[in-house]
Amino acid sequence: MTSVLDRPQGRHPVAGPRRRLVVVGNGMAGARAVEEILARGGADQFTITMFGDEPYGNYNRIMLSHVLSGEDSDADIFLNSLSWYRENSITLHANVRVDRIDKFTKHVFSNDGRVTPYDTLIIATGSRSHMPPMDGLYTPGGSVKHGVFGFRTIDDTRKMIQHAQQDHHRRAVVIGGGLLGLEAAYGLKSHGIEVEVVHSGGHLMNAQMGPDGGAILRRSVEALGIRVHTSSRTTAVLGKDRVSGVSLRDREDIACDMVVVAAGIRPNVDLAVLSGLPVERAIVVDDRLRVQDEDDIYAVGECIQHRGEVYGLVAPLWEQAVVLANHVTGADPSSAYLGSRTATKLKVAGVEVASMGLHGPELDTDEHIVFSEPSRGVFKSIVVRDNKIVGATLLGDSRKVAYLTQAYDRGLPLPEERISLMFDVGGPGGDVGVAELDDGAQVCNCNGVSKKALVDTVKGGCTTVSGAMDATRAGKGCGSCKLLVRQVVEWAADGAVEEDPAASYYVPGIPLDKPSLMDAIRKQDLRSVSEVFTALAPGSAEDAKSKMGLASLLKMMLADHYIDERDARFINDRVHANIQRDGTFSVVPQMKGGVTSVQQLRRIADVAEKHNVPLIKLTGGQRIDLLGIPKEDLPQVWADLDMPSGYAYGKSFRTVKTCVGKDFCRYGTGDSTKLGIEIESRFQGIESPAKLKLAVSGCPRNCAESLVKDVGVVAVEGGRWELYVGGAAGAHIRKGDLLATVDDPEEVKVLAGRFMQYYREQANWLERTYSFVPRVGIEHLRAVIVDDAEGIAAALDAAMQESVDSYVDPWGERDDPLTPGQFRTSLPLTVLPQVPVR
Amino acid sequence: MSAAPKSPGPMNPSPVNPCPTNTRLHTLGPVDQIPLGEGRAFGVDGEQVAVFRLRDGTLRALSAVCPHRGGPIADGTIDRQVVICPLHQHAFDLETGCSRTGAEPLRAYSVREDAEQNIVLHNEMNDVEN
Repeated sequence: MTSVLDRPQGRHPVAGPRRRLVVVGNGMAGARAVEEILARGGADQFTITMFGDEPYGNYNRIMLSHVLSGEDSDADIFLNSLSWYRENSITLHANVRVDRIDKFTKHVFSNDGRVTPYDTLIIATGSRSHMPPMDGLYTPGGSVKHGVFGFRTIDDTRKMIQHAQQDHHRRAVVIGGGLLGLEAAYGLKSHGIEVEVVHSGGHLMNAQMGPDGGAILRRSVEALGIRVHTSSRTTAVLGKDRVSGVSLRDREDIACDMVVVAAGIRPNVDLAVLSGLPVERAIVVDDRLRVQDEDDIYAVGECIQHRGEVYGLVAPLWEQAVVLANHVTGADPSSAYLGSRTATKLKVAGVEVASMGLHGPELDTDEHIVFSEPSRGVFKSIVVRDNKIVGATLLGDSRKVAYLTQAYDRGLPLPEERISLMFDVGGPGGDVGVAELDDGAQVCNCNGVSKKALVDTVKGGCTTVSGAMDATRAGKGCGSCKLLVRQVVEWAADGAVEEDPAASYYVPGIPLDKPSLMDAIRKQDLRSVSEVFTALAPGSAEDAKSKMGLASLLKMMLADHYIDERDARFINDRVHANIQRDGTFSVVPQMKGGVTSVQQLRRIADVAEKHNVPLIKLTGGQRIDLLGIPKEDLPQVWADLDMPSGYAYGKSFRTVKTCVGKDFCRYGTGDSTKLGIEIESRFQGIESPAKLKLAVSGCPRNCAESLVKDVGVVAVEGGRWELYVGGAAGAHIRKGDLLATVDDPEEVKVLAGRFMQYYREQANWLERTYSFVPRVGIEHLRAVIVDDAEGIAAALDAAMQESVDSYVDPWGERDDPLTPGQFRTSLPLTVLPQVPVR
Repeated sequence: MSAAPKSPGPMNPSPVNPCPTNTRLHTLGPVDQIPLGEGRAFGVDGEQVAVFRLRDGTLRALSAVCPHRGGPIADGTIDRQVVICPLHQHAFDLETGCSRTGAEPLRAYSVREDAEQNIVLHNEMNDVEN
């Protein structure tokens, strides 16, 4: 019984039987090798079978750091979904591990009992987290202790997030201060965990940089609120069944609830050793990626040793996959892999680190150019040999990274004035590098986009950076090449590059970022959306896509002084209800804190009955939603309800969810219901760049889900209140960051208001707090909002007060429509609603 | 207030109709029933038509139902060039009805304001009349 015999037919019938290609390993290397083989007509030559011991398709392992920090969801990082395997007629055995290869009879044996014959075999088993020897890492049963994690797979990442989001878990120790360890520390930090990094080396990232850079990096990392212990070896993990701390040699123990081991990786070579293949530090291959002395077995990726080198980075495997595919398919028998120059980049927001090649000079004739500015966290070091870059480290300023990476990669000749390697000192600067790149140079390594492909796209009329990226998929992988993509597009467009509107403009139709836009509005005393277009838009042209954002911004800035032009509003804001799929609307009356009364319920019931409301639904925000109301009936429905609007339709403050509170709940420690109602009364209806959903919980059981709200409040023992910001539990899940713990509910209202005002003034249009908070950083927010470090607290409070004072219940417009036909049907010949009445 | 004018304007074959084809003119009532920068919908010859009054005072008319998922086009946000459907943000050229976002086109009608500030819509009955 073999799997390959019963697999589906390939697309093109070919003469003669196809050979059997078996790939052990479904990670980035294995899948990339197969992609390269398919690109060389491999589907006609081979029936392909792949084994992967993870139960998924193939994903971009480099991006796990972004998943951990919440910048990407795990769904975003899949490279090949399961349907890709089907479409390419590849038999995938996911969640199956290959235990042994019989290289004499050419079969592989997997742990599901399957025996699969091959004609050509590719080993791409990758590597695993290295667990350095220390006490207490494992339970007596031999499994890793609860609370100890590697950082290697999507499952590791998911488990870490799950563990970090459990409420009582507050402290983590990351063992290893290299690239991966710092990314893990940053990711955990963004879940509100206190993180300490224990690193055995003398300085952080010692594999990538020298001690001078390491010292500056340490300051930048510590500025993120991450504690760093260098020259510290972890000797034991403490705790009986679960982690309670770690012991260090010659230092005090550190208490923690979780330990992440990021102390390097080790190639997975067990299979090769067991099967009698040549293994030194890794599986030994030749320049064709063929395993030494084997005719039909190839290996690729982190599990190989080539000319004495073992690589733990992604770029080399792209190069290896090309050479391997050239040989396996016979497309280019002269192809040879001669090793890779490696460059790395740290994916920690706010800490730019790029490193390549040597850290410092090694020969007497090496030139070493160093610039150091510790106060700004900037450090640059470049090593030049024979007029070529052989090493560079750049911290805190990535402007020249793309150019230097290419210059290093391709050995480009360098400008005589070395300082222009580090800074744009007038003159052509970075453009020279782009111009000198040859057409075939690969700009995006993840998606294999060459300079020529990008240039052709631009010449074809696509002259925005984002447009060219969409068209070619350049920069859509790990994203580290985005800067170079931009440079190439700008160079190819020869100065005619159109700025990408979405990049920095607050709204697409006005070429200004938010601070400049607000400044211009103030300076020119603009009061309405049409005045803004006339004064600030190119050609004074209106732009439909910009109207809603401008209307919201002006109302926020001007409160009562805003001239409200109704055409600038989205339909929801014109008629104060949320449009539904059939053109009817939903009506959600205000129900502060989710607390209602007999009178309210009776009235809502009467209204629903009178208007034959198709669907009555309890919302997630603890209100009652009446769905399927035709536009022309809205005024009558509001009149019959005689309740204020619940604002369930706008980019605005929506609702405050509360738990039962201490009056009834036997666990309640604070009067959450009262505070929730007060907060909703105060901030009802204020507009903001995106919606704001709040909650107040009366105890750390968090029944109102305060940790995943834009602003969430939790009462804790001792009459204190914790204030969390930037949480979300919708399309995106993020635990809010703790902004402050205060004694007084009045203080909660002040800080919540100040935070919301700061968000209103600083956030991009449609940027929810879950993006805004990590973007500006909780430390910064705490400094501004709690400690008033910028001296703007009083101004924020006053601006918020002005917005609060200008509140008018919009449902009052029922008696006096603001525009002619405000509530006239827009589908006059269609009978609405078009949904069945439940 | 829930009444909405649902009846089409009176049919009003124009004496100065320059087209010999089957073009019917409809007077849809005063222009100021449409606020500047917004649209309102009318039933005309059994068809639903959205008429927009741009901020420069000129009029545009398109069929009122989005070909994508039936969204009410008259509720859309407009500028001088396009209307954006409120349901899924498909954009349509106000002059031609062509979609800028890959949807099927809307039908474009010619429309003008007469001397009495009434909206006058031209409905070309195509070639085939049923």
